[in-house]
Amino acid sequence: MLSGNLLWVLSGTMLLGIAAGITGTFSFLQKQSLVGDAAAHAALPGIALAFLLTGQKELPILMLGAGITSALSVYCIQWIVSFSKLKADAAIGLVLTVFFGIGVVFLTVVNRSPLGNQSGLNNFIFGKAATMTKADLMWLFISATIIILVSLLLYKEWKLLIFDPVYAKGIGLPIEALKATLTVLIVMTIVTGIQAVGVILMSALLIIPAASAKLWTKKLSSMLVLSATIGGISGITGTFISAMRTGLSTGPIIVLVAAAIFFISYFISPSGQISKYRRKMQFRKQGELG
Amino acid sequence: MYALTVENLSVAYDKKTVLENACVSVPTGHLSAIIGPNGAGKSTFLKAILNQLPNKVGRVEILGKVFEPKSLVVGYVPQRNAVDWDFPTNALDIVLMGRYGHTGLFRRPSRKDKILAQQALTSVGMEDFADRSIGQLSGGQQQRVFLARALAQNADIYFLDEPFAGVDAATEKTIIDILKDLKAQGKSIFVVHHDLQTVKDYFDYTILLNKTILASGATEDVFTPEQLQKTYGGKLFMMQNV
Amino acid sequence: MIEFWVVLTGILVGITCGIAGVFLILRRMSMIADAISHTVLFGIVMAYIITQTLNGFWMLIGAAAAGILTAYLVQLLHSSGIQEDAAIGVVFTSLFAAGVLLITLFAGNVHLDVEHILMGEIAFVPWDRWTFLSITLPKAVWMLLLVLIINIGFLLLFFKEMKLTTFDPVYAASIGVPVLFLHYGFMTSISFTTVAAFDSVGAILVVAMLIGPAATSYLISKSIKQMFIYSMAFGAAAAVIGYYLAKFWDTSIAGMMATIVGVLFVMTLISQKIIERRRKALVSKFEV
Repeated sequence: MLSGNLLWVLSGTMLLGIAAGITGTFSFLQKQSLVGDAAAHAALPGIALAFLLTGQKELPILMLGAGITSALSVYCIQWIVSFSKLKADAAIGLVLTVFFGIGVVFLTVVNRSPLGNQSGLNNFIFGKAATMTKADLMWLFISATIIILVSLLLYKEWKLLIFDPVYAKGIGLPIEALKATLTVLIVMTIVTGIQAVGVILMSALLIIPAASAKLWTKKLSSMLVLSATIGGISGITGTFISAMRTGLSTGPIIVLVAAAIFFISYFISPSGQISKYRRKMQFRKQGELG
Repeated sequence: MYALTVENLSVAYDKKTVLENACVSVPTGHLSAIIGPNGAGKSTFLKAILNQLPNKVGRVEILGKVFEPKSLVVGYVPQRNAVDWDFPTNALDIVLMGRYGHTGLFRRPSRKDKILAQQALTSVGMEDFADRSIGQLSGGQQQRVFLARALAQNADIYFLDEPFAGVDAATEKTIIDILKDLKAQGKSIFVVHHDLQTVKDYFDYTILLNKTILASGATEDVFTPEQLQKTYGGKLFMMQNV
Repeated sequence: MIEFWVVLTGILVGITCGIAGVFLILRRMSMIADAISHTVLFGIVMAYIITQTLNGFWMLIGAAAAGILTAYLVQLLHSSGIQEDAAIGVVFTSLFAAGVLLITLFAGNVHLDVEHILMGEIAFVPWDRWTFLSITLPKAVWMLLLVLIINIGFLLLFFKEMKLTTFDPVYAASIGVPVLFLHYGFMTSISFTTVAAFDSVGAILVVAMLIGPAATSYLISKSIKQMFIYSMAFGAAAAVIGYYLAKFWDTSIAGMMATIVGVLFVMTLISQKIIERRRKALVSKFEV
């Protein structure tokens, strides 16, 4: 099955993994991993609405709709947290489910319309990586490139924003614009990724590689590279495995590969459990001698 | 009888040792200050004593025995920012929580519990605030509610974590008067304290902590420029005035 | 008559989730509830693989076990140094993916309707009935009533301990209150609630009912008891309004209920702000 199609999908999922690894690391360090999850779910109403309003099933239009509601959800979360006593976790959960619920409402209307596609929800949740087309791949390639370039460009500024926000403000960095750019990149990753690999997988790719990378290094630059690598490897390996056995959809396997990498890191990395155990035993010995 | 005995207490997080071989024995009936620079491990020290840290090494005895929470002998007053004050309830309810240990599982607080809670509120000067939502309390009022909770518990030994941080002068006076009163009753009190200016006035016993216990004893013996220099290292600028 | 059962089920979902949601909000565990709603899929599939039947009872057990496993794994990862939001993210995405994979591997030809699990189908609720003690009710109603009783029972038994461990777990531990036991007990009740409700409204939209009404009541309640009452009211209201609007516009019932949950929240928040501003204006008038 080593066809041209497989190569497309391999490149696509690899690029997606890399892009998600990079943007996911920035979210992770700001403790906003689950905001990405909400933004991913929030794409649904945008896609359905775009179709309802324009009658078009063209990818760019649907992606634009997805991007708008996705970005909107991020701002809703921020608005709720700053405007009410509700805390971040509840704001994220509320926005996630309400946007998704609205999306389901629109999708039901879409499915009843003559042009509607019945398998819409399934594709949204699980994606259709195996049926990735050249157009999908092109979008992924463009997005991934933009993400990598912008990350390189704004690396110093984002680093400061994350690790020393007070100082960043003090030297006059445009905090809101920087945050907004990051949000745009995350939304872009989500929007290009969702139609290929689905909502749940998107959330997974934004979180798991970043969390794994943090177990190996504390330096931002290393974390970014490692996270991107893990994301890319998960993408390629997962796609490969699923190609070897027909009937297995690519999405879940990619997630499980990433999860496997995480759990291995959890145990054997320098910050991982085995090292911790060794240190604890050493510590105890010293305590008994001292 | 010793209020607190600590033998070779060490605590480590990840690769960092936060506390190393801390040793101290404090007799009962003292109002003791625990002082040291930021990051010295004072809050960790408290948490380790309360047996809330699984990764500790060493021995801690409170009133001669290993600490058993159900004995209710320890009254803990945490830092104000340790909780979320948006919690929907009033001041009396928080103080009443101090009686939960006595009330027991599955039972409702009795009338006696409620009366004791009200008395505790009165003793900190907050009787008019019983019905007030805790979100509407000022910093000093919140601190008093926390102290009232520990008082309602009727403990024998009290641990307070920075009770004077950011409170108004009236609250500070109320709190220290109560603590001195507790001492007069024979109870033992330990306070993680940040204001070096008031140590000599408030506390008769001092513990100097920076990653380990550097000195402990009567305040007049221990609270000296040399000892403080050792504890704070280069971080001390105002010692000349003390 | 059929409609009666559908609306009743919706109201029961609103009330049960509304009650369970109060401590979810106060303990800042909304996202763990979201995680559990995804991982029940894994539990259901495991139940099928082990028992080789589509028996609703075993699926309930499987789903509940998955919920507890989720809470346990998140707690495990978090206490070993992984930040909580990442711990939640890793656990729920992995278990969900595992669940999907297991379906394709072992249950590919069985009708385990993923859409049904995720979105439910409340319109079908009246048809699936159980008879117990010579009373015949829809299965969903039985499960919801059972879970409602369990939740209320748990809260009545442990109300003051739940209050204290939510507000100040360190102090609670210092007076011997079993903090960890209550944590897992509560997570178990959330798992049961998710399982009982998802048959009707689907796993994803259960979360809307768990978080939304309680979040809305959090804005306006001055006491926890008030919070329970408002939460139940908002939950039931969202269910009823959602149902009738969905019927009117011929669209997804569960989706509409979740939408109304959001609408109620926004309306409450905005009303509250308007009232606050008016009160401040009035006060400043008097101070002049």
